[in-house]
Amino acid sequence: MSDHSLLRVNAVTKFYGSRVGCRDVSFELWPGEVLAVVGESGSGKTTLLNAISTRLMPTSGTIEYRMRDGQFRDLYSIGEAERRFLMRTDWGFVHQNPADGLRMTVSAGANVGERLMAIGDRHYGNIRGSAAQWLGRVEIETNRIDDQPREFSGGMRQRLQIARNLVTGPRLVFMDEPTGGLDVSVQARLLDLMRGLVNDLGLAAIVVTHDLAVARLLSHRMMVMKDGNVIEHGLTDRVLDDPREPYTQLLVSSILQV
Amino acid sequence: MNTHTQLATYNFAYLDEQTKRMIRRAILKAIAIPGYQVPFASREMPMPYGWGTGGVQVTASVLGPDDTLKVIDQGADDTTNAVSIRAFFQKVANVAVTTRTADATIIQTRHRIPEETLNEGQILVYQVPIPEPLRFLEPRETETRKMHALEEYGLMHVKLYEDIARNGHIATTYAYPVKVEGRYVMDPSPTPKFDNPKMHKSQALQLFGAGREKRIYAIPPYTDVISLDFEDHPFEVQSFEEPCALCAACDVYLDEVILDDLGGRMFVCSDTDHCEKRRADGHVGPLAGETAETAP
Amino acid sequence: MATPLVVSEVAKSFTMHLRDGVRLPVVEKVNFAVAAGECVVLGGPSGIGKSSILKMLYGNYSVDSGQILITRDDVTVDIAGADPRTILSIRRDTIGYVSQFLRTVPRVPAVDVVAEPLLARGRSQEEARARARTLLEKLNLPEQLWSLPPATFSGGEQQRVNIARGFITNHPLLLLDEPTASLDAENRAVVIELIRAKKEAGTALLGIFHDSDVREQVADRIIDVSEFRAARDAA
Repeated sequence: MSDHSLLRVNAVTKFYGSRVGCRDVSFELWPGEVLAVVGESGSGKTTLLNAISTRLMPTSGTIEYRMRDGQFRDLYSIGEAERRFLMRTDWGFVHQNPADGLRMTVSAGANVGERLMAIGDRHYGNIRGSAAQWLGRVEIETNRIDDQPREFSGGMRQRLQIARNLVTGPRLVFMDEPTGGLDVSVQARLLDLMRGLVNDLGLAAIVVTHDLAVARLLSHRMMVMKDGNVIEHGLTDRVLDDPREPYTQLLVSSILQV
Repeated sequence: MNTHTQLATYNFAYLDEQTKRMIRRAILKAIAIPGYQVPFASREMPMPYGWGTGGVQVTASVLGPDDTLKVIDQGADDTTNAVSIRAFFQKVANVAVTTRTADATIIQTRHRIPEETLNEGQILVYQVPIPEPLRFLEPRETETRKMHALEEYGLMHVKLYEDIARNGHIATTYAYPVKVEGRYVMDPSPTPKFDNPKMHKSQALQLFGAGREKRIYAIPPYTDVISLDFEDHPFEVQSFEEPCALCAACDVYLDEVILDDLGGRMFVCSDTDHCEKRRADGHVGPLAGETAETAP
Repeated sequence: MATPLVVSEVAKSFTMHLRDGVRLPVVEKVNFAVAAGECVVLGGPSGIGKSSILKMLYGNYSVDSGQILITRDDVTVDIAGADPRTILSIRRDTIGYVSQFLRTVPRVPAVDVVAEPLLARGRSQEEARARARTLLEKLNLPEQLWSLPPATFSGGEQQRVNIARGFITNHPLLLLDEPTASLDAENRAVVIELIRAKKEAGTALLGIFHDSDVREQVADRIIDVSEFRAARDAA
């Protein structure tokens, strides 16, 4: 792991009117590190994810990101053009619903190739080659490259969304309930794939999930949120095996055993 | 047709002066930012949307009593749309009209650029149905405006990529997207891509009006207009295997004309003025004699 | 050479919030050290807190008070107060752990489960897999199982995968939580052999062995954990 963190979140607070979205959240994320944010619906985890990923301006607090030049920049003080460029090159965002992250009416190949074209790749053959290679990596048959994602199953769509995000070699990926709504067997395959990709590519990731098994499998570190506050934060297996807070104990004790 | 005396209650060129000023301001802004779509308060015109209401408003705003107007539809001066709009301006502005490209000061067009090179001082007014080149890929106007503002044009190439993936080549043949002066991606209106190179460094001022969508955009004279493409699939215009059947012109855009119900057909210039001029100059195509009685 | 593991005045209790906040003390005043090349065994009856001590050393359980000092290359880290990133790097490079039960990952074949700690330390996949195969062979795991995910293996088979995973690296400190519990005599002997080899290589080992035969063969010292038993308060 690198000595320099990639992301610094300082006292991020988001109010919706007088209602708290998330309150005073601070943490650092290092390259290659996967952080799981867990909590039940309405606990503020998605608010936090959106605030960090510059999709929702926080009421107060700063989010600093170490750019490829090694300099930390406050994400809400850089220009929108630079921010959007960052989002489509150095970052990925995997939505729970693949339709939110894919273009459903263009081919799988174009879905993967879009980011390359957006950063100026103008060689059709190379773009297609990269797309085919990425489809292979996410275990989609290369002969489906010209099919549209609406012809794909849920699991395939989610894998395509991942490929689309990773093609530019991002350093940070946000995932919002990436396995939500998938069959258990499909989930397992996806988790295994994500785990492998995160390891191979040295990705840092922030995974929002209410599924503690997903958190255990994917993450190094875990934050537990309740009512907009981070109530417990630590090594994933420590939080799950020795939960300290009443709410965390309740969460852990509520896991269904198979 | 000479009924202008009955129309004394109409303002010159139909639109009131305030409206024309508003539209001229939009046009000036459009010229200042080549390829940028300027919103304007499009008026109801005495013709349905889709019949050139945008182009007509632009023409009405730039038209003066000394202008000579030519109107073409798919290259022809004698099709319904062209005849109607020409008659409209004769009636409401009492301006001189012509079918000769070289004689016109303003040419309003639907779907073609004349074959004859345009010159300084001429204005080409395009009728535009859908001004937003990103629209079919991104339905949200807020998002497409942001994409233009931030020069996020990757999506445009996604469309071309899809073309190649499906057809083995870029199959977009009309409304082929261009980049204007290295900045804005623009829809050249549904002209055949054959005409795209004519927009590049044109000496004439090119104005685009979309009435229903309420947008005006422009290409000032001598502006770079580059068609988008891939390195390994470069932009190419259509080519025709045979010359015009009437005037033997090569390197022009041809229309297919069905001659009978036995599969007989011929290809003739879509630009009727160009064709007539060539024939007057003595050029003879292979089928010129046979169709002399039916030719315009 | 500095002592790789020093445990000083460590105390641990659980607070069960779901049971009206009842506090269950586990151990207190835990003091011991393990030297390089030494195998120390934690002794005492079940439920006395032996596994909890191992889990604290591995950062898996939090520590109420005291210090757990891990020294490697003259750098000492207190696990009790270390941040998650430090613990992860210590797990990768310094402390190995063979748990009682294998936590399986869907779809990952046994050979890769075993090879993973080496990969994490930057070794090539070929080298890591070759080493994994050697260990699995030594532990008599049938070769046809190597390419299968261990989720459906028997207890003994899973444990051998777990042991191979723990022994594949040359971590200077190795924690063993009943590694021989569900093994037959032949495989117990293999594990004893592996432990001896680790000792000779200078690894500091700390283990829990219920099997007295194994314990006698590997232990240099036995620490009676009952001495650390915490006083129960009247909650």
